[in-house]
Amino acid sequence: MRNLINNYEEVFAIVLFGIGFVTLLFHQNLIKKIIGLNIMDTGLYLFLASMGYIYGGDAPIYAENAGFYINPVPAGLVLTGIVVSVSVTAIMLSLSIRLYKRYGTLNLDEIYLVARNKINER
Amino acid sequence: MKIKTKIKEFVSQSREWTESFSDMSEKRDLPRERVRKEEHMVERILEEKAGHMGLLKWRRLYLVLAAISALTLITVLLVTVANLPGFGEHHEHMDTVAQYYIDKALEETGAMNIVAGMILDYRAFDTLGESFVLFTALNCVLILLRRDFQEEYRLSDYYDLTRDPILRRVGMVVIPCVVSFGVYVMLNGHLSPGGGFSGGAIFGAGLIFLSLAFGDDFAARLVSEKLFKGVAAVALGFYCLAKGYSFFTGANHLESGISLGTPGSIFSSGLILPLNVAVGFVVTLTMYGIYRMFRKGSFK
Amino acid sequence: MEVFKLILLSLLVICAISATLSKRLLASVIIFMAYSLVMSIVWILLESPDLAITEAAVGAGVSGILFLMTLKKLHRTEIDTEDEDQD
Repeated sequence: MRNLINNYEEVFAIVLFGIGFVTLLFHQNLIKKIIGLNIMDTGLYLFLASMGYIYGGDAPIYAENAGFYINPVPAGLVLTGIVVSVSVTAIMLSLSIRLYKRYGTLNLDEIYLVARNKINER
Repeated sequence: MKIKTKIKEFVSQSREWTESFSDMSEKRDLPRERVRKEEHMVERILEEKAGHMGLLKWRRLYLVLAAISALTLITVLLVTVANLPGFGEHHEHMDTVAQYYIDKALEETGAMNIVAGMILDYRAFDTLGESFVLFTALNCVLILLRRDFQEEYRLSDYYDLTRDPILRRVGMVVIPCVVSFGVYVMLNGHLSPGGGFSGGAIFGAGLIFLSLAFGDDFAARLVSEKLFKGVAAVALGFYCLAKGYSFFTGANHLESGISLGTPGSIFSSGLILPLNVAVGFVVTLTMYGIYRMFRKGSFK
Repeated sequence: MEVFKLILLSLLVICAISATLSKRLLASVIIFMAYSLVMSIVWILLESPDLAITEAAVGAGVSGILFLMTLKKLHRTEIDTEDEDQD
């Protein structure tokens, strides 16, 4: 328990991850699901970056009067991850635009019912 | 709520249908085909009702399973966090790779920014994959949202903000600053925070702002489809040539042979500067291209 | 500094919860953009300026614009509430 309070930054990251996961699972609206996935992403990035932080360390850029630097590996991983998450968001958004054009709704249940009726009519 | 009312509607409708059907079946003088048609319709409505009921049942099961899995996942993660080493502490035996990068990055890569030296020199092949991920995402959006040539686009599909005087005036001041800051971040990736990914994102945001404030035609004249294709192909091809050969040499031979120069000057650190520019252009074109696809579905 | 960081982190959680619970899609997208801006300040406190620049340009800028253009394409920017049919 004491360790949980000490690691409060990681705990916040897990809470954000959980909020995103719950949004992804329980909302029926596709746009809300995408926002939930983005929140999950940022929670994960916060976790990674806080694992690499060292108290009193400087940003990993060489300077003459710097003491010691924080861990640069998570920063390198997260930097590419942020940009990739945008492109994933763009793909999901364009897929939901296509779904809306075909079925006229963003709700997953209604999409399911309309698709089922279309199959039955055939 | 909506589904429940829909189910009620369907149930009452199907009842009416079945009642009318039983009425009709009593009358023997109806043509047989019509009776068959009615039978068919009743079956279909009953099937639809069954679909609704099945969906409701499945929804309940899904909700329970989802709650259980979410709770389990969060509990497992919290227990893991409770057993992690403390936040902000330095453990030498765990950070050997990072310590190697911090100690050797300046003399081996010549980059002042350790992160840039890491992602564009030690892990450059990985970054090549990342830029291809971006390009593939752009292609997917292009396939999904590209407008057919027969289909005309309606003006009501998108906002026309070019007559907005506030946006134009603010854009005249802000857009040059944003674009030049993006280029600065892109070119100084090995000396200061930033690099190809950040600078490309800023540059792309500036182009998007330009296209919003001064109209699609102006932006299309500035960045035509031909230029778009050419720059993307040159940037990705250059990156492939510069770092792809290590794939065939067993990832051993990573030195470029270019002298690293004096650390701190802009022309230093070998291949990192051109690779930064290549990655920056790929990111810029991805952002701008995705925006164009969402906006109009074409580059014109 | 610790207090400031705690305030920012709790702001993040509040933004995430309200983006989830708000009934209007436009409001939740705008809250998500604010969430990204707060996140970029957290990156600076974690001594990662690279991530701060990228997150500010990407999270609040480009992906927000993409969300808004999707809503415009689906004609959801008017006073159109989300269909809440959870029972």
